[in-house]
Amino acid sequence: MRYRTSAARKIQRRPQAQLQTPAKRSQVSRRERRTSSVSLGSYFVHHWRCIGHSLGYITQTPLASLMTLAVIGITLALPVGMYVLLKNVQHVSAGWNSTVQISLFLKQDVGEGAARQLARRLLDTDGIGAVDYISPRQAMEEFRQFSGFGDALNALPSNPLPAVLVVHPKADQSRPGAVEGLVQRLRILPQVDLANLDMQWVERLYAVMDIAKRGVLILAGLFGIGVLLIVGNTIRMAIQNRREEIEVKKLIGATNAFIRRPFLYYGCWYGLLGGAAACVLVNVSLWLLQGPIQHLSLVYGGAIRLQGLNFGAAAAILLFSTVLGFLGAWLAVGRHLSAVEPS
Amino acid sequence: MIQFSQVGKRYPSGHEALSAISFHIDPGEIVFLTGHSGAGKSTLLKLMALIERPSFGQIMINNRNLARMSRRSIPYHRRDIGIIFQNYQLLSDCTVFDNVALPLNIAGLYRPKEVARRVRAALDKVGLLAKEKMYPVVLSGGEQQRVGIARAVVNKPPVLLADEPTGNLDPDLSREIMHLFEQFQQVGVTALIATHDIELINSLDHRILTLRQGRLIADSHAEALA
Repeated sequence: MRYRTSAARKIQRRPQAQLQTPAKRSQVSRRERRTSSVSLGSYFVHHWRCIGHSLGYITQTPLASLMTLAVIGITLALPVGMYVLLKNVQHVSAGWNSTVQISLFLKQDVGEGAARQLARRLLDTDGIGAVDYISPRQAMEEFRQFSGFGDALNALPSNPLPAVLVVHPKADQSRPGAVEGLVQRLRILPQVDLANLDMQWVERLYAVMDIAKRGVLILAGLFGIGVLLIVGNTIRMAIQNRREEIEVKKLIGATNAFIRRPFLYYGCWYGLLGGAAACVLVNVSLWLLQGPIQHLSLVYGGAIRLQGLNFGAAAAILLFSTVLGFLGAWLAVGRHLSAVEPS
Repeated sequence: MIQFSQVGKRYPSGHEALSAISFHIDPGEIVFLTGHSGAGKSTLLKLMALIERPSFGQIMINNRNLARMSRRSIPYHRRDIGIIFQNYQLLSDCTVFDNVALPLNIAGLYRPKEVARRVRAALDKVGLLAKEKMYPVVLSGGEQQRVGIARAVVNKPPVLLADEPTGNLDPDLSREIMHLFEQFQQVGVTALIATHDIELINSLDHRILTLRQGRLIADSHAEALA
């Protein structure tokens, strides 16, 4: 039967609105009939087959599917890669926090004994990990070495530098806010002339990382929408390619849910496989970066090891991408499947 | 089994495809629907399969009023009528077996043994049991049409609709197909077969409805009664 005339479809909706109740009655009797022949087991068999068939859709056109998967993978790999890099920066900078230190410049009249006593007292204070004492003479030596004034300093009649206590906060006290409080407490000590915290760069780093985190979130959102659209478009094309099949199924009594199901699984597959591609891409990229970064860290005298995606993160990405694929398919199917009616 | 009362179909363009069609078909009857192309045969079948809705009048099939059927219950209505197409409409990427099993799957039947039993029964009836593993493209036109018929009857619907089922077949094959319909009639199936193969239907002794320009101009059954 080749049926055409699409305009006629519009009128076919007209008579049904007025006559709801009797229709429902007949539906009920049918549903009874339906459930009697459908067991829960065959329901699962059906879903299982749909999952297999929808995977078949992908393998039937391997090249086109691979390209679509690559696009999804690359799209997801961008935010995922940035997230991983950010995690690594956070990991590395957590190490830098231990280098936060507060310099207490003591008053000129505080002698060495009093300074050392103060250092011991500070050690007992909460939030302080270590205290180093730098005598005026040591300070002068350092200054002579690093400033380059050298001989000019010899011309000074006496050593103008004060004694300094270098306070290292404990690691858990290293967040900008906590250290700030510690500095306030140390500043009001009678022996202290000046408390100096060289912290601005840490604050800036944290601020930059906050921006980067927000940026990654925004990117993830945008690229997520991108994946939604890619999957949606792929499903739209699949529906067009299978237009005749859909018409035949509708003519022999398939419900919309029955026709929709394989396409939804199809979207899930794209999401899942695209997410897996993204994980592989990110880990390969990290592996490629590993060499140069190790070189860099050696130059800086540290040992930075890049951390890849851990199992939990990878699982979360796969779940997220599968849901994206499902949603993309759901949107496309809702829009395009109802347009395919036998005519 | 099938009852049309004053059924008309007018398209928005103003073209009147059917006007004031009334007839009644008893259970277990084979009825041929004939007329030139454009006479309204396809429209009439479309109304019965709820592909389109009538503009006027009422259609009852199997004691159900089609006008009262909601959009959601259309699929369940279609499961009660087996439709046979001129161009077979088989799924090319499925085997003969899977094509015939499709209506069972759609109706929610998946138990492999049960499905296999019913599919083979249907294929046996049309004489294609040996070809269940083949794909439709390798079959001849007559064989494809028989697969189409097996698919239409596998669910044991009380009503069969066929739109030019022999349109692409030579006379011998056509006769064979018609013979199949007669076999289904013997187990109580009602069949409405649209065809313009006058020679063929005249050689068979069944009721003939003739359409011309959307009107029912002859009913051999009514004439016989008169």
